[in-house]
Amino acid sequence: MPERMALTGNDAGAQALKQLNPDVVAAFPITPQTDMMHTFAGYVADGEVDTEFVRVESEHSAMSAVVGASLSGARACTATSSAGLALMWEILYVAASCRCPLLMPVVNRALSAPINIHCDHSDSMGARDAGWIQLYAENCQEAYDNAIQAVRVAEHPDVRLPTMVPLDGFILSHTMEGLEVNDEADVKDFVGEYEPDGTLLDVDDPETFGMFALPNYYYEFKKQQVDAMQNALDVIKQVGEEYGEMTGRSYGLVEGYRTDDADVVLTGLGSTMGTAKQAADDLRKDEGIKAGVAKIRCFRPFPTDALNEVLDGSSIIGVMDRSVSFGLGGPLFHEIRSHRYGSDIPMKNFIYGLGGRDLSLDEAKDIFRKLAEAEASGELGPELEYLQVRE
Amino acid sequence: MSDKKKLMDKSEMMEGGVAPGGSMSKLNTGSWRSQVPLTDFDECIHCMQCWIFCPDCAITIKDGKKVGTNMQYCKGCGICATECPVDCIHMKPVEDVSQEEFDAEDTSKE
Repeated sequence: MPERMALTGNDAGAQALKQLNPDVVAAFPITPQTDMMHTFAGYVADGEVDTEFVRVESEHSAMSAVVGASLSGARACTATSSAGLALMWEILYVAASCRCPLLMPVVNRALSAPINIHCDHSDSMGARDAGWIQLYAENCQEAYDNAIQAVRVAEHPDVRLPTMVPLDGFILSHTMEGLEVNDEADVKDFVGEYEPDGTLLDVDDPETFGMFALPNYYYEFKKQQVDAMQNALDVIKQVGEEYGEMTGRSYGLVEGYRTDDADVVLTGLGSTMGTAKQAADDLRKDEGIKAGVAKIRCFRPFPTDALNEVLDGSSIIGVMDRSVSFGLGGPLFHEIRSHRYGSDIPMKNFIYGLGGRDLSLDEAKDIFRKLAEAEASGELGPELEYLQVRE
Repeated sequence: MSDKKKLMDKSEMMEGGVAPGGSMSKLNTGSWRSQVPLTDFDECIHCMQCWIFCPDCAITIKDGKKVGTNMQYCKGCGICATECPVDCIHMKPVEDVSQEEFDAEDTSKE
């Protein structure tokens, strides 16, 4: 029976892992992820899962361990944040290019320096080129649902790519929400058994893993990854629909919230999209501004068609970046704009929330108002604005 | 993060996350404590192991002898108690410590 539970984002992640019962989990602590692995370790200690739990000495080792486990035929997971993800950087690429269908919740936290334990997207954004699928959560329910779907997506024979499931640090990881937890048997049924093509431990039909490639071969391996990422777009949609049939909660690549008739649309990743939805509701009701939200769930592979479908009817678009690419601006803005090349719908980039600086409901409404004004007057102002910073 | 104190503007801040020297001495990290180290000075052999191991430099030494712990900084980690070779430091939950016991240990007011 599905059960309604009050869980933090970290607990939700641990709950998903518990129901998935992975073969191997390698863990290293980092705020604000620590509780997720800590809670899961409790399930291991209590014998509620069969997982081989490996306590490693660093995140680089955590990723290395799960890559090795995965190539040996295990369904393997780890979780991290910020500097932990950064420390794994080398092996992220290996995981993707060795086609290990790993699951990794990433509890979004700002990168140092200065040391900051709070939420921004600099960590997962910094890994956008590594070849991992990235599915962002707006709330704890989505964090839980994404983790389960991620296993099916990652392991799909046309995909076989590791999948990152980012959730906002503290805002989601440490905030308790009411969510529906699936019946455990349904989850196990949904993901099935991991059926790898070949494994390191197969002595009857041995294969070589992690080979060397000269210039005459390397590029083709990369193109295989490109093709797999392309396939992932449809797979993510299919898995999302199937998940909807099981749970009543379906998922896609992009969620258009009141975008059908919206003039002013905000787009972005993570929990702020939840704030934006509330702001849109309030502004429609109180101020007659036709606001909408294009919530990007799947950031990698980049959901060009799904996003453009939702954005094409708007009069002005605001892209919310919770990270900054120094020397460029908002990475999400630039990706979206390049995929909208040829469109004459004006776009503005807002950088916000770095180091966990809160974006309040009022501030979200102000952004909508600003965009509405810009659209009405035709005066867009600067293309890029750094919100909330004290100059 | 508090509206009570005026926050510096970017133009007033040193770049690279550098702060003036001695900044940490102004922080009351003792507020994080959930247990308190209490030293039995009859048993203490003044070997200085607690002082060497304390991560917060919170052990107070005077004239070559341990005289107590600076409660402004002591986070209650218990490393002193673990390292003491004669087991004369006992960690007690904050709620169980009397004002008298606390004052006997605390050197922060000196």
